[in-house]
Amino acid sequence: MIQVEGLSKRYARHVAVNNISFAVDKGDIVGFLGPNGAGKTTTMRILTCFMPPTTGSAKVAGFDVFEQPFEVKKRIGYLPEAPPLYPEMSVRDYLTFVARLKNLPAGEIGKRADQVMQRCAVDDVKDRLISKLSRGYRQRVGLAQAIIHNPDVLILDEPTSGLDPKQINETRELIKSLAGEHTIILSTHILPEVESVCEKVIIIDKGRLVATDSVENLKQRGSVGLAIQVQIETGDNSDALAVRQRLEQVPGVSKVLDRIVSGPRFVYEIESLQGHNPRPDVARAIVNAGWNLLELKSTTHTLEEIFLELTASNVAQEPVPVAGGVQ
Amino acid sequence: MRNIWTICRRELYAYFVSPIAWVLLTIFAFLSGVFTYIISASFVRYSLEGQMSGQSMPMNLNEQIIAPLFSNISVVGLFLIPLISMRLFAEEKRQGTIELLATSPVHDLEIIIGKWLSAVIMYAALLAVLACDISFLFAYGNPDWAPVATGYLGIVLQGACLLAFGTFISTLTKNQIVAGAVGFALALILWILNWTTSFGNSTVVQVLNYLSIVSHMDTFTRGVIDSKDIVYYLSMIFLGLFLTARSLESLRWRA
Repeated sequence: MIQVEGLSKRYARHVAVNNISFAVDKGDIVGFLGPNGAGKTTTMRILTCFMPPTTGSAKVAGFDVFEQPFEVKKRIGYLPEAPPLYPEMSVRDYLTFVARLKNLPAGEIGKRADQVMQRCAVDDVKDRLISKLSRGYRQRVGLAQAIIHNPDVLILDEPTSGLDPKQINETRELIKSLAGEHTIILSTHILPEVESVCEKVIIIDKGRLVATDSVENLKQRGSVGLAIQVQIETGDNSDALAVRQRLEQVPGVSKVLDRIVSGPRFVYEIESLQGHNPRPDVARAIVNAGWNLLELKSTTHTLEEIFLELTASNVAQEPVPVAGGVQ
Repeated sequence: MRNIWTICRRELYAYFVSPIAWVLLTIFAFLSGVFTYIISASFVRYSLEGQMSGQSMPMNLNEQIIAPLFSNISVVGLFLIPLISMRLFAEEKRQGTIELLATSPVHDLEIIIGKWLSAVIMYAALLAVLACDISFLFAYGNPDWAPVATGYLGIVLQGACLLAFGTFISTLTKNQIVAGAVGFALALILWILNWTTSFGNSTVVQVLNYLSIVSHMDTFTRGVIDSKDIVYYLSMIFLGLFLTARSLESLRWRA
């Protein structure tokens, strides 16, 4: 549905997006992840034909954003970071205007406006002025605006920013319910959002593509193996160091980190070598040493850690060349 | 065509639900009323003086009231027009709604013409107030209607031309005050260009006088439609809208 190839956007002083390529299939919900200023908004603006790329190409539903922007615009619904609302209009008038702008047939406009207002739970404020609405309502009106012409592709720029936790949940549920019918790209810098809403993740940092994978794969992908947390009660007078040394001897263990090492209970975090599962051996070693194993659990890497790891290693590589080649 | 009307309609909605339209209408109603009163009063005094001194002086409603009224109102327009056009794009840029327009299946030109047209209609609504004042002259006198019609045509064309430049200026900033101030300065410059006629009659002066926006009004208020003036106004409108289109396009490349 979306193909991006070698896309770059240079400004006079810096490179906002640097040679990124990815593809999104029909019906996917893709999380576009990156720290603030990573180039998410720029990429989205290129996809929505708001601005042309410097080099590279982007295709939406088979149409090039530069060659055939009109065809692309017809098939795209876009919610910018700040919802594009006219404060002096009522919700209904606003959505009617957007429907006309998107070239919906005159006969369907009223019906369609009612539908999206219901869908986005804004029908209880349909006659209120947008300037009088709360942040959460505005965001939902913004979403209603993006889906009113039933576009193939939905592009949402930080749809939950500035909302309270309840509104965030509602918005996420709404986005999830829109899946299926639309291909969705949503940008965010909040990781749990990606975990809860998206199937695929595209991570960019400083304008570069860092990773593109499914959420599941990415979680398993950390460069280290499993992480295990154990809680041990020694009973005898073994000190923390002895316990740690004992754990380090277990085959497959790469690293043991102290967590809580005072008192009779010790908590360690154990990292395994890649491809090993030392959990049975760890348990056996502890029991054989005569200690009580109070807890043993595997802690998968959160996206947060993976994200930091990926973006940090990217920094370590080489600095992004700064617009040296202004042709 | 349909898109132009969609845009134009929303802009008119914005003018009339916000205080802008009503404030402008009030100001304009007051000023045009004052001008009509002053000019009519001096006309009446002049004719009384003529009767008392026993001399018969040629009196003409069109020449002595309506023509000066139109030229006064055209100057009032110079002040009010930047207030009409300043919000057109500046507000969209500040609110971020420009992103909605730019990512909808609408041509830039449709957006520009729609917005400009709404401003022209807004200005025409102001001029409709003047028609109320002039209707009194028709009620109590017997003026010729043709110069009134051509005067209206001239004043609307002049307004449309300044509004086209105002639209262009509005694309340059997201600050409405800046757009208004620059628009006002430009209107003022285009107005005073014909003051140079007092410096003789060299080619430069003639060119400046031709460029001046008010020097083309006089023929209209005298009831004459001169193709030279029509061409002037239409080409200025075209220039203003053309610059707007260029500016919008460059905005995309820079944004």
